[in-house]
Amino acid sequence: MNLKKTLVGAALSASTLLSGAAYAESHSEPLTGELKIFLDTSNPAPRATMEAMIGRFGALHPDLEISTTVIDRDAYKTQIRNFLSADAPDVATWYAANRMAPYVNAGLFEDVSDLWEEPEIAENLASTKGAMTIDGKQWGVPYTYYQWGVYYRKDIYEELGLSEPTSWEEMKSNCQKILDSGRKCYTIGTKFLWTAGGWFDYMNLRTNGFEHHMKLAAGEIKWTDDSVRQTFANWRELIDMGAFVDNHQTYSWQEALPFMVKGEAAAYLMGNFAVAPLREAGLTDDQLDFYQFPKIDPDLDFAEDAPTDTFHIAANAKNKDAARAFLRFVVSTEEQTEINNAANLGQLPVNASASIDDDKFLNEGFAMLSSNSPGGVAQFFDRDFPAEMAAEGMQGLQEFMVFPDNLDDILNRLDKVAERVYK
Amino acid sequence: MTYATVPDRHPPSPGRRGWYKRNEIAVTPWLFLAPAILFFLFYVIFPIYQSFTVSFYSWDGLSDPTYVGLENYRELMDDSAFEVSLWNNFKWLVLYLLAIPVGLMIALFLNQTVTGIRLYKSLFFFPFVISQVVVGLVFTWFYDPTFGLLNTFLGWFGLPTVNVLGDPTLATYGIIAAGLWPQTAYCMILYLTGLNAVDPEQIEAGRLDGAKGARMLWYIIIPQLKPATFIAFVVTIIGALRSFDLISIMTNGGPFGQTRVLSFYMFEKALSEYGFRMGYGAAIAVVLFLIMLCFIAYFLWSMWKEEKGH
Repeated sequence: MNLKKTLVGAALSASTLLSGAAYAESHSEPLTGELKIFLDTSNPAPRATMEAMIGRFGALHPDLEISTTVIDRDAYKTQIRNFLSADAPDVATWYAANRMAPYVNAGLFEDVSDLWEEPEIAENLASTKGAMTIDGKQWGVPYTYYQWGVYYRKDIYEELGLSEPTSWEEMKSNCQKILDSGRKCYTIGTKFLWTAGGWFDYMNLRTNGFEHHMKLAAGEIKWTDDSVRQTFANWRELIDMGAFVDNHQTYSWQEALPFMVKGEAAAYLMGNFAVAPLREAGLTDDQLDFYQFPKIDPDLDFAEDAPTDTFHIAANAKNKDAARAFLRFVVSTEEQTEINNAANLGQLPVNASASIDDDKFLNEGFAMLSSNSPGGVAQFFDRDFPAEMAAEGMQGLQEFMVFPDNLDDILNRLDKVAERVYK
Repeated sequence: MTYATVPDRHPPSPGRRGWYKRNEIAVTPWLFLAPAILFFLFYVIFPIYQSFTVSFYSWDGLSDPTYVGLENYRELMDDSAFEVSLWNNFKWLVLYLLAIPVGLMIALFLNQTVTGIRLYKSLFFFPFVISQVVVGLVFTWFYDPTFGLLNTFLGWFGLPTVNVLGDPTLATYGIIAAGLWPQTAYCMILYLTGLNAVDPEQIEAGRLDGAKGARMLWYIIIPQLKPATFIAFVVTIIGALRSFDLISIMTNGGPFGQTRVLSFYMFEKALSEYGFRMGYGAAIAVVLFLIMLCFIAYFLWSMWKEEKGH
């Protein structure tokens, strides 16, 4: 009987040429009923990618009636609360780490630890398991992630005779030379606050390390602690140099891009999604390059930010079998290779066996995250810290970047918020 | 319509009349009012009651709420962000009233008959027609520190760059200025219609008594514009208290929360991307409601007085 099932499954997978072998083995019974999928991938390219992927899944399960709803990415962040409890879809996109916590704690996400015990997923997705784990259980699967790091104007660096910095001292001396040439070292737009969170993540990961950063996120270390003050002191060195573009509090991250395109600023600490608009604005791969944020404390291991986007099953889902099949399908080697290639999402696959599209930045990012981030991989400030702490924190970080002298006041305020958030 | 009935000439005997017939006069108005009352209860009174109730709970909108009594209010008392929002609301209330005298001046200026005056009037009214979001965007670009018109203009006089929306002390005033633009147009149109109703005989009489210029305006014109002033006052106060969209577009409450008002702060705490504090948000809403209630009570009272006077 088992053998027969496997054979049927193998035949099915061979006939469609799309599904992975393990996938077919575990799911040979045809799926029926309705599968409701909610997506936040509202930008044109990700939307097309997702719809094509769901189309391929549908082709494998002709008896399954799939309905897809795409919601604007920002509106989704507030709507998810309503639809998870009121009219739950079977599958929904979201973000990893602490961003899941409110829904996990409220019992709105399905525990999918069983999926993570299947060898196919356990082996290939090991690197992201931590980000999907709360209370020792897994609450969803990732489908894509991307690296953060410093994107810089190679032509400006060459003109000034600079090379990618390998130490904090070099980063500062490079910056001084860039400033002397009448440019700013880093562009940034902090109007929507989170970009300042990226800088803090890196300053703290390099000053105090991954463990410390996660303890701070969990409320085990006070903001007024000397170690955190040291992070801010390092950051302040750059601020006092005038390394960041002026008036950054007025700009969004997109509005900060022209400074780099026009050559008024030499670099941008950003996620890989900044590459596409920079290329569209006319920068070629000869002008644009990437380096890993250098070490500040040389004894600490590199640790990086790599935000992960995820799929979850709603606890109130009606068709959990089909939803589990869909999650398996999304993380399968073939689909991971397909949806993350440059023509689609242009990001990194979460499946270790998947292949990466031949793109300079994806290759560098993948090499960095897989072999040069021994300290750990953080999600991002607003995904690692609880929502309320993140909101207050980022506001304080922006204030610090504009008025570094207010630091004491800011840290005291954050401690007060922390007292309430972590109680 | 096909045949006429012969009217019943016998008075109906009191015992046989239906309940409705007997109480028709008393009941009918309530029947007509019933839909409005139901909707008002359901969409206005009930949510207000709910806001009050939620404000006594700590609730993330997902899991079960826990009763915390007055804890949310106690926390509001030493929340510096709340204090900033309250102050900003006050600034909005006071400065937004500038729309009334400026609107009056423009209305007086436009209240003449020259060729094309309709065109001029509509041009002045134009800002009120544009969506607040567009007004916000236009002013954001106007204030932009690198390419904005304001700083280009200041540059001609050798003045230093001002980053209006990035400066925590200036930003709120910058947004209020943007809000005044359409609000002034609104007040202007109210006064223009009011000026149509000014009694020419009184002006004539005043002129015979030697009144002109400012005295004519103060003693003859403005008293007759009282109804228009009242409406202008009402819409401006309400406009100031609902100042949400401009803030959201122009600064998103920043820099570091210095341009928030109560309505924006409530939204941030309860409903925004990181907002999971329904109880706290409700407490802010209650405070905002109480402030509005003062004005609403005043408006109702003055309207009631007006009606009694006639």
